Amino acid sequence: MRSIEQSLPALNAQGIRPVAISIDSPEVSRNLAQHAGYTFPILSDPKVETIRRYDLVHAGAGENGADIARPAEFLIDTSGTVRWVNLTENYWIRAQPEDVLEVAKLLK
Amino acid sequence: MTLRRFNLPLWSGFLLTLVSVFTFFGVLVWIPATRNFPWVTLGLFLLAAVLLIVGVRRAFSANQAKPRRAKIGAVVLTGFSAFLIAAFVFAFFVAARWLPASTGAPQVGQRAPEFTLADTSGKPVSLTELLATPINGNAPKGVLLIFYRGYW
Repeated sequence: MRSIEQSLPALNAQGIRPVAISIDSPEVSRNLAQHAGYTFPILSDPKVETIRRYDLVHAGAGENGADIARPAEFLIDTSGTVRWVNLTENYWIRAQPEDVLEVAKLLK
Repeated sequence: MTLRRFNLPLWSGFLLTLVSVFTFFGVLVWIPATRNFPWVTLGLFLLAAVLLIVGVRRAFSANQAKPRRAKIGAVVLTGFSAFLIAAFVFAFFVAARWLPASTGAPQVGQRAPEFTLADTSGKPVSLTELLATPINGNAPKGVLLIFYRGYW
């Protein structure tokens, strides 16, 4: 997410709005945003509803056995269609903004 | 402890192991080039392992009268370092891959499921709004959804 923030001007220039989603409450996400200097929207899915709809539930992997989201990235165009997906196999290894910018060029 | 008896390779190997772990989580984890494959950390571990092996050999060398304490110290420091290195490698290359398959996740060409979730100020925001709200006064081309594990 830090590399996303660093690439935010480039992403925005391409018309791409990054939006992060986790089970964290708005308060926790606000702390994270302030602490790390994130300026893109961070949304809160404490009941794991959206995460479940996207089939990204990592059952019991959170604090005190909470269900959390597995890391994943989706690029969605303005018609609501998925244009690019990254389902990492190792949660240390995340999509790079360059990959997204490459795909973003194809969007109208 | 006299300078002559001080086992420099052993202690530097141990310290290097600690430094490797701390620099990974403190610095290198933020840099994709040293996180996506932790070659710097693994290289430092390798160097630490060589130093530790040299240190253990020195502690156990027959031609030097070493106190028992030095041998125990060598085994403890090397054991602890080996544990740290093994734990890191396990966490990075094994445990980090324990992720659900997510075969039902939306695929390229499919419609992204709509949602409405609270932002950091508690205000509900929908995917439709995110796709329609101008970015710096220009019409957006898309939204990059980033699901993450959480801050805790």
